[in-house]
Amino acid sequence: MYEQIASNKRKSVVLVLGAILLLGAVGYAIGLITQQGPAWLIFGLAIAVAMSAGSYFYGDRIVLASTRARAVTPEQEPRLHNIVEGLAIAAGIPKPRVYVVPEQAPNAYATGRDPEHSSIAVTQGLLDAMNRVELEGVVAHEMSHILDRDMLVGTIVATLVGAVVLISEFFMRALWWGGVGGRRGNDRGGGPAEAVLFAVGLVLLILAPIVGQVVRFAMSRQREYLADAQGAMLTRYPPGLTAALKKIAAASSIPMRSANNATAHLWLNQPSRIQGERMGPLERLFSTHPPIEDRIRRLEEM
Amino acid sequence: MTAVWISLAVVGLVLLYSIYLFNRLVSLRNRVDNGWSQIDVQLRRRYDLIPNLVETVKGYAAHEREVFEHVAEARSRAIGATTVGDQAQAENQLTAGLRRLMAVAENYPELKASQNFLALQEELTGTESRIAYARQFYNDQVMLLNTRIQAVPSNVLAKAFGFTPREFFDIEDPIRGPVQVDLTHP
Repeated sequence: MYEQIASNKRKSVVLVLGAILLLGAVGYAIGLITQQGPAWLIFGLAIAVAMSAGSYFYGDRIVLASTRARAVTPEQEPRLHNIVEGLAIAAGIPKPRVYVVPEQAPNAYATGRDPEHSSIAVTQGLLDAMNRVELEGVVAHEMSHILDRDMLVGTIVATLVGAVVLISEFFMRALWWGGVGGRRGNDRGGGPAEAVLFAVGLVLLILAPIVGQVVRFAMSRQREYLADAQGAMLTRYPPGLTAALKKIAAASSIPMRSANNATAHLWLNQPSRIQGERMGPLERLFSTHPPIEDRIRRLEEM
Repeated sequence: MTAVWISLAVVGLVLLYSIYLFNRLVSLRNRVDNGWSQIDVQLRRRYDLIPNLVETVKGYAAHEREVFEHVAEARSRAIGATTVGDQAQAENQLTAGLRRLMAVAENYPELKASQNFLALQEELTGTESRIAYARQFYNDQVMLLNTRIQAVPSNVLAKAFGFTPREFFDIEDPIRGPVQVDLTHP
């Protein structure tokens, strides 16, 4: 477990450095193209540092907001609060904050930077579908992610990837509309501004799939098996999580409105965006989660 | 000259290792203490819950006096317990008493349907599972501490600085333990 924590902290540092390097390189390239020197480099680095600091300190709030999670009080959800508090005691950490996501698909995730600043969010569908023992199994799984600092890497990945996607989309759109507008205006040919947009857009376009691969690499699928096992150790009752995973597998065709590529890896089970979506073998290869049947099998073997 | 340096280095390493072992012992002892205070907090929550619960059941089943007395007695004995062993025994009796109380409640459909009772029932279940988890954490830490105290080489330090093995908190599992059927009670 301690190696797991150390490796996750290392990964977080590497991710942040990678983001700084990437944006620094983009800034440097713009500087070269426009011949405006190191101003762009400094600009790129400043954005990268701001982004990294933001994802470390505010990542959990960004993730919670992007999934439309709302905080619930012990009076509103006594069962959920009781379970979270009990498992926090079992894990020997302070009680995480508790959120509910208004989605019908049963699912859950944990976010935050350390056990002192952590949150557990579950969907309304999960609360409705699970009995106490099953809910305990799911919360114990998320508690393990907090203990192992998986949620730190996951949150940084979610916010950094989200930011890169946002920036590249912004540039591609600017390029598209700028280009069209330029042609209509006749006399605005390939000025330096358009060259910049083009270069940045191109770089980010090439980088986007690579970034996706990095995400998958960072969020090794092994961590889900590990969290399942650790969660079972917290509750001392593997059948709870097994039963919960079976219910989740049965309900996996229910789509999630707030599912997107930036946060998919955080969830307990890969959220599906389209009604009745089924994974093919290729998608399975690139998916962020191990097949749920495998996880059930491993838990049953315990 | 080299021999001096080597022996100095060895002494230094031993000293560093001893400091490490000592600090491990201290942090484990603190974790055990913290674990015990967690149990205490949860037990206290249960004590606070009981009068409410008894009053609610009384409202529908006033003549089941024997059960109420049994619970009240077990509660005051548990509050008065001083050692870990005594506490565990008293908590077992209290848990058994509460089970009987809940079994009695089963016979009163109006009680079972009342909103107040349902909320108290969830609170009791939650508190009992928290007690179970606090006990699990405490016992795990006691096991780690006791192993450190008894195993070579940290046993030397433990002896020198007065670390003593702690007692496990053995209560029957309130959630998944065997269900007691009380035949004397219809």
